[in-house]
Amino acid sequence: MFARLVYESFRRQKRRKLLAGAAITLGVTVATAMIAVATDIGDKINRELRTIGANLLVTPQEDTLDVEMGGVNLKPPSDGAFLNEADLPKIKGTFWHNNITGFAPILPVNVALERDGKTENLTLLGTYFAKQVSLGKEEFTTGVRSIHPWWKVSGAWPDDSSRDVLFGERLAARLSAKPGDEVTLSGRPLHVSGVLSTGGGEDDQIVAPLGLAQEILGKPGAVRRVYVSALTKPEDALARRDPKSMSGSVYDRWYCSPYPQSIAFQLQEAIPHSHAEQIRQVAQNEGAVLTRIEGLIFLVTLAALFASALAVSAAMATAIFERRSEVGLMKALGAGKLAVASVFFAEAALLALIGGSVGFAAGGWLAHQIGRSIFNSEITIPPVLLPVILAIAVIVTFAGSAAAIRNAVRLDPVFALRGEL
Amino acid sequence: MLVRAAVLRRARAASALLAMVVAAAVATAMLNLYIDVQAKLQHEFRNYGANIILVGRDGASLPAGAVSQVESALSGRGLVAAFALVVARTSDGQPIVVAGTDFNRVRQLDRWWSVSNWPSARQQALIGVRAVSVVSPKNQPFDLGFQGHTIHLTSAGTVQTGAAEDSRVYLSLPDFVSWTGVQPSTIEVAAAGSPGEITAIMHQLEQAIPAADVRPVRQIMEGEARVLGKTRSTLLAAAALIILTAALCVLSTLMGWVFDRRRDFAIMKTLGASDRLLNGFFAGEAAALGATGAVIGFALGIGIAAWIGRVSFHAPVVPRFSVLPFVLAGSIVVTLLSAILPISLLQRVQPAVILRGE
Repeated sequence: MFARLVYESFRRQKRRKLLAGAAITLGVTVATAMIAVATDIGDKINRELRTIGANLLVTPQEDTLDVEMGGVNLKPPSDGAFLNEADLPKIKGTFWHNNITGFAPILPVNVALERDGKTENLTLLGTYFAKQVSLGKEEFTTGVRSIHPWWKVSGAWPDDSSRDVLFGERLAARLSAKPGDEVTLSGRPLHVSGVLSTGGGEDDQIVAPLGLAQEILGKPGAVRRVYVSALTKPEDALARRDPKSMSGSVYDRWYCSPYPQSIAFQLQEAIPHSHAEQIRQVAQNEGAVLTRIEGLIFLVTLAALFASALAVSAAMATAIFERRSEVGLMKALGAGKLAVASVFFAEAALLALIGGSVGFAAGGWLAHQIGRSIFNSEITIPPVLLPVILAIAVIVTFAGSAAAIRNAVRLDPVFALRGEL
Repeated sequence: MLVRAAVLRRARAASALLAMVVAAAVATAMLNLYIDVQAKLQHEFRNYGANIILVGRDGASLPAGAVSQVESALSGRGLVAAFALVVARTSDGQPIVVAGTDFNRVRQLDRWWSVSNWPSARQQALIGVRAVSVVSPKNQPFDLGFQGHTIHLTSAGTVQTGAAEDSRVYLSLPDFVSWTGVQPSTIEVAAAGSPGEITAIMHQLEQAIPAADVRPVRQIMEGEARVLGKTRSTLLAAAALIILTAALCVLSTLMGWVFDRRRDFAIMKTLGASDRLLNGFFAGEAAALGATGAVIGFALGIGIAAWIGRVSFHAPVVPRFSVLPFVLAGSIVVTLLSAILPISLLQRVQPAVILRGE
């Protein structure tokens, strides 16, 4: 009897059930999409923040001071210590390798540009542009093209194994050099493949593949410093503590959190005789920006959940209010309060489950679309969230119906049937 | 008649009004946030420091008074700090970059500098963490030489940034100039505002100080534009979803309310009210409800936006009254829509059928 009541109610009142179901579906869709966006927004914005550049710097442990002013390197070229290029792939072998989005080694060398019979001393930076690096079986591409996205080249980017160089834009303007020129640097004939614009010191320099810089310096495998771009977690009190003063479990927690400090510590472990440190301008501020945006989206998500809960309960209240005469009939035939309420709750639960499942799928699709159109990457919603979302849908539907159901069971059948309420 | 209708069916009218108020409040809050988030985040991004750099052409010093010219071009909307740089020698002949600057300005401009103690007296130096072992390993007073002139300094504290600053020694500008005679060659400017405003400031600076090369810090400006754009798009998508849901909530509540009053409708019609009068009556009622709900909701929404602003940015979101007409118009449209739909359905039915309760 009970099952038939519920079944017939769905069969005969298709329009009303469809309306209430649509409200639940829409509510759950919005809630699912916003939860998916809110859980993923930190990671997405973190990746966008990486366009500001590297946040970690690895230097040799026993290095002498950098003497660099206005883009000109005044440090004697063979002075100080170097890192070994062969150690660099190990950066991708650290605990947080998935958080490391890229790295670029830098080797500044002094070169003499011979031009029209005159020689001029310039700084040449050797680096990776988009180099294929392999660690074990894993292969990845890294270099300045990915970690310094604001570097713009007119002409072509040099290949990492070529003997092509880039001229900084101010240097090129001063020497009226253009892509395609042939130049002689420290006795080597080289090809200018493009003009580089960075807005920084590189505009006065020459940028070349790392191998070429090592050859000019006469030190194969030498690297002066490495810029590392890593996705990090905003710093908190634990991050700032000195790892040496920590107890075992606290140390493990620190080591296994992607703080700038702990990633720097792991880089130092991976590369022999190195010193790694956060670039505070980038690392410190991105934490602040990230926290702000995450907080904002979290509150907006709460607002979305609230609005969808309200929409669902409004729809349910209306649907039940319209069925007063039915309640009157049931009660006139001898149904108790419990029987009436259980029919309504069963209907609500059924609606919530159907609407919730459809809404979950639609919300997942919506989140996917938002991720694609705004961030050019996927936002996926873990299927484990389905039971959680369904439970929320049932609770919200029950909560929304509760007041209306209470009113309905309290109805005097006489008034209800006469339509006087 | 309108008022009586509302008073007689208090509970239903109240729930319809409540739905309207909540929808208008949520819409107002989201629109306010969307408009304001750009300014809030731009402010946040100024902690990254300079977005414009002025450099003397070919390494020359900037003309005296350049800092005050830059400040007048900014008219208070930004921070300025000048730097003068030379390569000096320590007492054992090692080269080291020494910079002169105004510490009070640097403190505000470059907030990420981790400084153990800022210099306060004359002839005190701020030493980069990597330079400490070269100039003053035991925190003792030290000498620096430049072109035959020597300056005697004490260490006030260390600075750590993870960048070039770590290898330098910083002095106050008066100490630096009286020692080397070199004037500032670089001015760092953190200008506040939209990309358009910053470009305008750069043009102004180029004209005011022709001896300087004015460069944008592309790294910061491009990153800022990207993050800002993405955040705003996400917020817009969220706002659209939330407003849609809220509008739907109003629609279903109001439609139920109007449907509920089919008896009133039928009686009025039986008593001889024309279709036009009835439409006008229900539409007027709905518009009144929409307008009331929108005004109360607007006030509430401004409160919500201010609270969200305070929680996530530590600064309240400024109320935008330009949003009010949109919220008002939107509310009235939604309420009208939700009144007219059921009325047009009812009009097709004979009043007698409705009154018999079928």
